[in-house]
Amino acid sequence: MHKLLLDQPGKEMLVLGNEAIARGAVEAGVACATTYPGTPSSELSLAFFQMSKESDLYFEYSTNEKVALEVAAAAANAGIRSMCVMKHVGVNVAADALMTLAYIGVKAGMVLLTADDPFMFSSQNEQDNRYYGKMAGLCVLEPSSLPEAKAMATYAFELSEKLGEPVILRTTTRINHSTGAITLGELVKPNIKGSFTKDPFNLVAIPAVSRRLHTRLLQRLTEAEKITDQSDYNYVQGGGAWGIVCNGVSYNYVCDALNDLGVTDKVSILRIGFSNPMPVAKVTEFLKGKEKILVAEEGEPFMEEAVRSMAQEVGCTIPIKGKGPELFSREGEFDPAGVRKAIAGFFGVDLAPAAVLDLSDVPEIPARPPNLCAGCTHRAVFYEVKKAAENMEIMHPTDIGCYTLGVLPPLSSADFLICMGSSISTGCGFSKFIDQKVVTYIGDSTFFHSGVPGLINAVHNNHNVTMVILDNGTTAMTGHQPNPGVDRDAMGQEGYNRISIENVVKGLGVESVTVIKPYKVQKSVDAIKEALAYQGVSVIIAQELCPLYAKALKRPVKKPFRIDMEKCKDHRLCVDALGCPAMYVENNKVAINAEQCIGCAVCAQVCPEHAIVPIRD
Amino acid sequence: MDPVRLIIVAVGGQGNLLTARVLGEAALASGIPVHMSEIHGMAQRGGVVESSIVFGDAQSSIISDSEADVLLGFEPAETLRALNRCNKNTAVITNTSPLPPFTAAIGKGVYPPLNQMLDLISAKTASLKAFDALKLAHEANNPLGLNMVLLGALIRSGIIPISADTAKQAIKDNTKQAFLESNLKAFDLGFEAAA
Repeated sequence: MHKLLLDQPGKEMLVLGNEAIARGAVEAGVACATTYPGTPSSELSLAFFQMSKESDLYFEYSTNEKVALEVAAAAANAGIRSMCVMKHVGVNVAADALMTLAYIGVKAGMVLLTADDPFMFSSQNEQDNRYYGKMAGLCVLEPSSLPEAKAMATYAFELSEKLGEPVILRTTTRINHSTGAITLGELVKPNIKGSFTKDPFNLVAIPAVSRRLHTRLLQRLTEAEKITDQSDYNYVQGGGAWGIVCNGVSYNYVCDALNDLGVTDKVSILRIGFSNPMPVAKVTEFLKGKEKILVAEEGEPFMEEAVRSMAQEVGCTIPIKGKGPELFSREGEFDPAGVRKAIAGFFGVDLAPAAVLDLSDVPEIPARPPNLCAGCTHRAVFYEVKKAAENMEIMHPTDIGCYTLGVLPPLSSADFLICMGSSISTGCGFSKFIDQKVVTYIGDSTFFHSGVPGLINAVHNNHNVTMVILDNGTTAMTGHQPNPGVDRDAMGQEGYNRISIENVVKGLGVESVTVIKPYKVQKSVDAIKEALAYQGVSVIIAQELCPLYAKALKRPVKKPFRIDMEKCKDHRLCVDALGCPAMYVENNKVAINAEQCIGCAVCAQVCPEHAIVPIRD
Repeated sequence: MDPVRLIIVAVGGQGNLLTARVLGEAALASGIPVHMSEIHGMAQRGGVVESSIVFGDAQSSIISDSEADVLLGFEPAETLRALNRCNKNTAVITNTSPLPPFTAAIGKGVYPPLNQMLDLISAKTASLKAFDALKLAHEANNPLGLNMVLLGALIRSGIIPISADTAKQAIKDNTKQAFLESNLKAFDLGFEAAA
């Protein structure tokens, strides 16, 4: 049985933050969970996926976040408690649905989990999604710890039903990817049978209806303002004349800092866990008798501006600071020492100097950036496209996935990236106005997510662009989730239909469609040359399983390769062109780490001396 | 109890996260508060994987620069790279078998000599325990047991408030049956090596 389905109330369990949230939702009787995978939220979806195999929970990996939100919104409007999980930038994709769903509302509890990523450990930006709550008029909950993440995940459904609106549960990487103990609560039997009563003049967002629904949304927001002021998630701790307002993981750093500085008795903390709407009465009360207020929040000055405006309302003129050169940054994530320093500086507390080591004599250590795996199919394609385009000037709009790592030398196959699906659409724009040939890269999952509209645009508007679809049969970057093009029978999962990328592309009217097998180097190069020469939209589909995924599927293992030192003339083409992590240089000679080599044989085909050969038993 | 702050640095695939998991379970079993944090996702594609574990009375799950009490390094250059997380009172335990990054292979930087790296670490921190953990993992007939060797060495240091028995029980509960025997052997070899 899945550990998160254990019916043992009171049991203490060590879990990942994402698992704590999944358990909280299960304890609320969630019956529908949808997602598009994205770090740092992916393990939450995985937990739902696994549990759906052993319970009545319906779960799906949806095509993209907008679709995921709409599926969950429908479930909630059919009386089914639903949760929709995505990373912060996923909410941008879902935002169109979210803004008007707030007007339509929900019949059963619906929770939108947004996992923000301060410092961008694996994201393209560090936007602060609390503003989505403000923009949509929805409540936002923000946990500081794992037990609280679990409790909020349960409570969010109640709150949602009370207001008839979806609730945003906003986490950051340090909640999703932290591990700690939670205590299991009672399981409830979820309601899995939905029903729908026609009510078009409340459920169809035409202008006349929406005008009324907007009024209702604002009324619900007023109701939410009362609830947030009563909420136990917004609480005061301590009684000193110095005030600190904080939220999320910042609260932990503040607590530790006050202990370290020995000023716990001088400070009052207002911990905000229910951050939209902000609790006006609680904040106003908190301001009373304070000498000054520090607002500790990662990201944007969301609470700081609110607190300052509330202070202005009651004529309170004490200093209220948060973001600033000597205080907190809007960039990156907080850490205990940084928060300690800001608190000490702001309140004038002595701070022991940091015990920083002098590392000036430490030599520069070669960087270890993330890299495409040994034998990665993307590496082969990048090499082949370069080879095929040897006499051409090309530029590469790329997309979001493992292949984004192609930006690094020696592959250097990424020139422009904004967001999911942007490769082909920006490719359309570039191809219209620049001299270089535009060759775009996109993965299979991202193609389905948001690449298709860009391709339709390219065909319809007759752009001169080559789209390379890197079809490695899985959503690799986030941990091998399925996507609509994946063979789920191979994963032992029944009841799904597989969509052929080739058929989609041909169905859209692309006339030049080429399928290559990237481990066959020369054949691929020849085919790519033809596609590049085509005037108009050409599509190359590179089909080969992600090696990590193939290993997980227990596909046959190939023999690793070695260098035949008698034949090697040390051209280093293999290393210089491919940068495969299975290769290294020892005693000034190239060598292959047999434990890492997966036998893809791409380097063997690159070597002009045929000096790279399989290891014979 | 006063917090004890442990940072584990490793290269993706070396089993850092499992080590952290075992330590977390062992702490839970010992009734010691524990907060852990790790980095997943893009960081795992052959990059550096870092776990932080805070034992004792603290609420933060991450550790600031210069504030680690113990640094456990799975790869010598990564141990050296993480020296900014240490101070002069930090205890360091490191594997000495190198795994040079591919950037060194393509001529972007030079992998420093092992002796130089160990001398630097030793000179700047309170103690250094350095040994070839990969060799011991092979001795345990489990090349993937490098993490268990290092876990054994960490427990032997006595800095983490977890007994060998509790750690072994956590290994039993959290690792695959097929590797259990060799994992425990690897743990023992690491435990002895750190004597």
